[in-house]
Amino acid sequence: MPRRFLTAMMLAAGSLAGSVLYRRRAARRLERVDLYADDGSMASIAAGSPDAERLVTLARELVVLAR
Amino acid sequence: MLRRMDAAQALADLTEISSQVVHVAIVDGEGTVLATTIADAGRAERFVQGVATMLEEAENLRQTRGLPGLSQLEAATLEGSVFVVRRESDSGPRIIAATTRPDPTVGLVFYDLKHCLRSIETATPANGTPRRTRKKAGDAA
Repeated sequence: MPRRFLTAMMLAAGSLAGSVLYRRRAARRLERVDLYADDGSMASIAAGSPDAERLVTLARELVVLAR
Repeated sequence: MLRRMDAAQALADLTEISSQVVHVAIVDGEGTVLATTIADAGRAERFVQGVATMLEEAENLRQTRGLPGLSQLEAATLEGSVFVVRRESDSGPRIIAATTRPDPTVGLVFYDLKHCLRSIETATPANGTPRRTRKKAGDAA
């Protein structure tokens, strides 16, 4: 009985950790800044990099403000 | 050829066509709001100031990365995205900024915003006076 309980607990903990990791990775992929230049080139900067963080923070504020 | 129209009309058309756009503001090169869907003037002003700050930050980032002139940007967050398009016109630069729901169709939003800017950019020539076309005698009725 304790062994079954332990297995169930480990499975639950593993699922939870996996789900958290997946959500974090998905969020990182979704949050980004894309800069488009006159010549058609584009630079995509993922949130989390110091360069993009300020712009993503500003974007969050604007989205909330414009609701 | 595009029909000439004022900024408010162009904005009304944009919000009717694009279901992904939540709020939009059109600003001239001096930061004057030409039209916006944000009803509250104070919030609209803060929104436009935020967009100006974003453009400054993006310009710095562009220089750091050695990119040519910045024409448009998208900043995507979990809550939604901010799109900014800058375009030169006869009467100076125009900027259109929009917020959308999360995970928008990026190409479509940019297309709609550019179309909106194009539809108004020829409405006001360089001297700021709207162009008028002479009516033909038969148009009077």
